[in-house]
Amino acid sequence: MLQEVARAATDLAPLAKLGAALAAGIATIGAAMGISKIGSSALESMARQPEAAGNIQTSMILAAAFVEGVSLFAVVVCLLVAVG
Amino acid sequence: MKNWKYIVSLSFLICLIFTLPNFAKAEDEQKEKFNAGEVILEHILDSYEWHIFTWKGHEVSIYLPCIVFNEGKCYTFSSRNFHENEFYKTVNKTNSEELVFTIPNEGDYKGKIVIVNADGTQKRPFDISITKNVLALFISCALIIILFYLVTKAYQKRGEKAPKGLQSLFEMLIVYVRDDIARKAINEKSVDKYLPYLITVFFFIFINNLLGLIPIFPFGANITGNIATTATLALFTFFITNLFGNKEYYKDIFNTPGVPWFLKYPLPLMPLIETVGCFTKPFVLAVRLFANITAGHIVVLGFISSIFIVAQISVAGGVGMSLFSLILAIFVDCIELLVAYIQAYVFTLLSALYFGMASKEEK
Repeated sequence: MLQEVARAATDLAPLAKLGAALAAGIATIGAAMGISKIGSSALESMARQPEAAGNIQTSMILAAAFVEGVSLFAVVVCLLVAVG
Repeated sequence: MKNWKYIVSLSFLICLIFTLPNFAKAEDEQKEKFNAGEVILEHILDSYEWHIFTWKGHEVSIYLPCIVFNEGKCYTFSSRNFHENEFYKTVNKTNSEELVFTIPNEGDYKGKIVIVNADGTQKRPFDISITKNVLALFISCALIIILFYLVTKAYQKRGEKAPKGLQSLFEMLIVYVRDDIARKAINEKSVDKYLPYLITVFFFIFINNLLGLIPIFPFGANITGNIATTATLALFTFFITNLFGNKEYYKDIFNTPGVPWFLKYPLPLMPLIETVGCFTKPFVLAVRLFANITAGHIVVLGFISSIFIVAQISVAGGVGMSLFSLILAIFVDCIELLVAYIQAYVFTLLSALYFGMASKEEK
């Protein structure tokens, strides 16, 4: 009985899965903060200068894609940990 | 229909009542439990057969050919052998002994064809089988070739007249890649060298992303969500950048101007940093495309699987859940359409930027 408890206490696989799940959540926070900053500054500058709205919109989508890509690196690592 | 909101929420709440578990139901041991993780992984990963649907417990799939090389000899067989039995036994062509192939369910070679030696160890042969992703690549490349052939034929027929139909759609995209991506990033003299590759890679990624979203056979294989495909594309960009870079480019890596001398000699810190950067840029390209497309597919599959998970508890709850899930899945699918275009655009733009940096003209 004691041996089973000891084995369960030192088996780190559930800890790894917990870490992966938490890390995916934290990565989402980072992505959300970055993309909201991009969106808010883009909207502000579009309000200041409506003629440049097309350019600003393209740059906003581009920058958001990069920030999203970085958060997806974290998701890929979490998937590797959770499944492997 | 002003009261439609009340009707929808009321029907949803009524369905929620039915999600109470069915205690009166007899134990049904024949039905398998729905394993969402397994179903999602089956749709994301590559496999040796193309599973189309399951009709009344009977699986309908296309069993693709497996082509492996062992000791220089080629063995071709259908993957149906692995569906019916666990092992496929054939005669070794070099020493006329028995050769055993199998697909293990766990370990290093999980899901891939291995040779089981006499002492039980596994060896992975040189495997160039036609898997699901390879077949899907053939189909999508045939589609792309047909589309572009039709566009060029239209140009030949119509000459200087205004474009019509398919031709106008492709012209819009090609002119966009040429003017807003290539010409903005690469200097005038060298644009035409890189333009064919940029247009090819843009349409390859865009069309394969879109085809991956269609769930019906022959589309629906997760091609650009396969790290091998994206790594190959990134490798092409890497080779083209470094093979056609001019002397300025290599001077910027090994002898960066404007950096103090003590970072280059005796310990070449700056060249090291620049070289590592040279390798991480295509790696990041590959992982960005792979992660975006795969994550999108997993989200849509997760929403659809949630219907089946709730339906296992109670059928009416599944009906209510399906209304909810379908709306969310359609919404995520619309985002996926946007992501399909954005990822193709970002890959092409970054490749153009790297080409531009590699062929900078001296002012």
